[in-house]
Amino acid sequence: MTRPFCPVEPLVDALEAGLAHRLARLSVRDPLMVGIYTGGAWIAERLHRRLGLETPLGTLDISFYRDDFTRIGMNPQVRPSRLPESVEGRHVVLVDDVLYTGRTVRAAMNELFDYGRPAAITLAVLVDRGGRELPVQADVAALTVALPASHQVKLEGPDPLRLSLVEAGA
Amino acid sequence: MTRLTLRGGRVVDPSQELDQVTDLHIADGRVLALGPAPDGFQADQVLDCAGLVVCPGLVDLRARLREPGQLHKADIASEVRAAVAGGVTTLVVPPDSDPVVDTSAVVELVTSRARAQGKARVHLIGALTKGLAGEEISEMEALREAGCIGVGNALAPVRNHLVLRRALEYAAGLDLTVFLHPEDPWLAEAGVAHEGAVSLRLGLAGVPVMAETIALARDLALVEQSGARAHFCGLSSHRGVRLLARARFDGLPVTADVTAHHLHLTEMELLGFNVQAHVRPPLRTQRDRDGLRQALVAGEIDAVCSDHQPHDLDAKLGPFAETEPGISALETLLPLTLRLVEEGVLDLSAAIAALSLRPARILGLPVGSLAPGRPADVCCFDPEARWTLHPEALVSRGKNTPFAGWEFQGRVRYTLVDGRLVHRDTTETPT
Amino acid sequence: MGYRDTLQLTPDRRLRHFLTIEGLPRATLVEILDTAESFFQVGTREVKKVPLLRGKTIVNLFFETSTRTRTTFELAAKRLSADVVNLNISTSATAKGESLLDTLRNLEAMHADLFVVRHQHSGAAHYIARQVAPHVSVINAGDGSHAHPTQAMLDMFTIRRHFGEFAPLTVTIVGDVLHSRVARSQIHALTTLGVNEVRVVGPRTLVPREVSALGAHPCDSLEAGLEGADVIIMLRLQRERMQGAFIPSEREYFRRYGLTEEKLALAKPEALVMHPGPINRGVEIASEVADGPRSVILEQVSNGIAVRMAVMALTVGSHAQEAAS
Repeated sequence: MTRPFCPVEPLVDALEAGLAHRLARLSVRDPLMVGIYTGGAWIAERLHRRLGLETPLGTLDISFYRDDFTRIGMNPQVRPSRLPESVEGRHVVLVDDVLYTGRTVRAAMNELFDYGRPAAITLAVLVDRGGRELPVQADVAALTVALPASHQVKLEGPDPLRLSLVEAGA
Repeated sequence: MTRLTLRGGRVVDPSQELDQVTDLHIADGRVLALGPAPDGFQADQVLDCAGLVVCPGLVDLRARLREPGQLHKADIASEVRAAVAGGVTTLVVPPDSDPVVDTSAVVELVTSRARAQGKARVHLIGALTKGLAGEEISEMEALREAGCIGVGNALAPVRNHLVLRRALEYAAGLDLTVFLHPEDPWLAEAGVAHEGAVSLRLGLAGVPVMAETIALARDLALVEQSGARAHFCGLSSHRGVRLLARARFDGLPVTADVTAHHLHLTEMELLGFNVQAHVRPPLRTQRDRDGLRQALVAGEIDAVCSDHQPHDLDAKLGPFAETEPGISALETLLPLTLRLVEEGVLDLSAAIAALSLRPARILGLPVGSLAPGRPADVCCFDPEARWTLHPEALVSRGKNTPFAGWEFQGRVRYTLVDGRLVHRDTTETPT
Repeated sequence: MGYRDTLQLTPDRRLRHFLTIEGLPRATLVEILDTAESFFQVGTREVKKVPLLRGKTIVNLFFETSTRTRTTFELAAKRLSADVVNLNISTSATAKGESLLDTLRNLEAMHADLFVVRHQHSGAAHYIARQVAPHVSVINAGDGSHAHPTQAMLDMFTIRRHFGEFAPLTVTIVGDVLHSRVARSQIHALTTLGVNEVRVVGPRTLVPREVSALGAHPCDSLEAGLEGADVIIMLRLQRERMQGAFIPSEREYFRRYGLTEEKLALAKPEALVMHPGPINRGVEIASEVADGPRSVILEQVSNGIAVRMAVMALTVGSHAQEAAS
């Protein structure tokens, strides 16, 4: 069963504010923002515009770095990752929609490091729903909530953006 | 000798234009009478043939026994058993064994082995040229004396027209029928499939129809000049058949056969690289298949044969061009021909004639008929029995067939040679 | 021809084997191209590897030697982090089908996941695909005159990168189509992807009329074939064709069918010149054209790695237990 979860706009506002605050605190002036397909890319696109970042937005498709290829096979809709500038020595802001087990972020970081060596990575997510299976943490999360494994949070888009809660078996 | 009555079967004998439910009485290895038993006749054994068709045993104009020389594929013992399981009581073997049938010793070897088995009768075609090399003519008289019913060069071409001319003249002088396979060696070259849309798609070297028609044209001209009696083996094309029909019409002493599989399958069977459909001459187009059927109905093609070629597993393992051509076909000869009857292409009597009377006439043998006095070679089959072909269940040692899984109607129950029961079907038919 | 391909595709339409373009739906070809696009991007990075096929073993089973093609497949496999085994099997060693089966079984026992097969006989890849265990995939790297599907796909990839779409294009293939597995695969790919027209040019001895059954138009003259073409694909002429009485000489072949600057001018100004390689300069193509601005021959080579990575990833990935979301 699927039902609406939470309005997205307020969360994006909160994420923008939290991220701006952190970047200022760390004195990061020109970060390289990278959104993870697909939901992360949608969020990143809005953040990038609102924050008025100079460096063009990058996108990452982690299909080639997932750890479940043998179980799941090839993603039929893989898209090329595009990083408009080198990550070498840059502060990267990695953006995703929902942080859960941490495996997606692990794959994204592995991929980023195959592009070069960033100076630092900030992880910014819209929703941190707990349930980590790897030692990964969000540096900025608009919403932190603990959900049971039977529940799944999904972001739909690109316009309008909508967060849904999916309950398995209900 | 046993006295035997086949009771209550539907006796179909084209030689007597007979199609009637009646009894058949056999004594001393010959047909004694049809209808009521003659006075004083007491049968030692009665075979109940109710519901069965009783016809002359099949005469197969081309079947390979693989002995001598290719015993890893099959042998005389296994294949004559396969023959009678398929209702074939007489079969003709081409000369391309190893060694080739160009000496009386080889003839003696094969015929004595076959006789010892006591199953189907085996006749041999002797080599037309020594070693089938197409250069020197063979000792045809010795071969005839040894028992060959004709001469031929199997699939080996006689490239030199002059040699073929001499060979035909020589054979004519000995009143020997010459068995010819019309295929021009240069046009056929390395071809493994019919040259056409399918061979193009599959990237297989093709054998064009021209290879058959050009060879036929040459052979027919030489036959005409030499006065030899010629039988053309395995016509595969509509154009080829038309050439032959024209020659017959013009009065040439020529006959022809077609294989049972060429009457059903086309080049489409090769799609997906089906090596079981790798045969020589190749399966051609729908138009060719229809032309062959029409010619059979019109009597322009005399006989249907199996062209039985049992193979070991290895022969069909590998990419198409690396496999050997040929089908293990003895046991599908009758079912495939009956299927033509089922499809309304020809009637039962004509089908049986094409499998028995007409090939017997081509060979000049007294078989293929159930007239009183004739050898009691009989095939009794159940025309209603439905069965599915499983290659492992074939009696032949060769399991190579493209008809695996085909459902057939018509199953041989009894086969007799010289009035002896040489095959009895032991399978159960589901009712 | 209404022949459904149940060998290459799994019941849920994943690509298990890649043996021939024929019989594959358009969606599958597009999937290969889209996936190749992603791998192409990987090739522009410093680290050209992705860990996708780590732990998988890919065996190059080449019965027909070809350093070029084998190297591309090897590179593609390594960029997917797979382990690669190269086997060059001369025909004398594998005399008959049975020892080929033994070779296959041995390799399977060593946990090979994918065989890349090149063989001089048509149907070889199909044969091997029918023999392998259920969890193993086969990619055809060229079988006799039948098919060379990865080459065709890299050609399509090259065309799509330049033109974006296939529908308005006129594509002309020039050369020995009769013996060319590349040409057959290209014709199938072009017609399935829906180009406007496929033309085939060459002497009648090398271009059978039945090619129209495949959806291509035969042309006797190069001029007629090139008129207004968007893409020109030149095929290699093999030396052996003088034997077998196919052509009288390379000189006459070049005169009638060789692509020169002058003839190229008949095609559209932005026309691409392609060649699967290796090229015979002065036989099918003049040097100035091969090295000229319209030529994308070298691009084809680098595109080949991305396309082969895509095909390997898709076929190995087809054995996954669940469907990808």
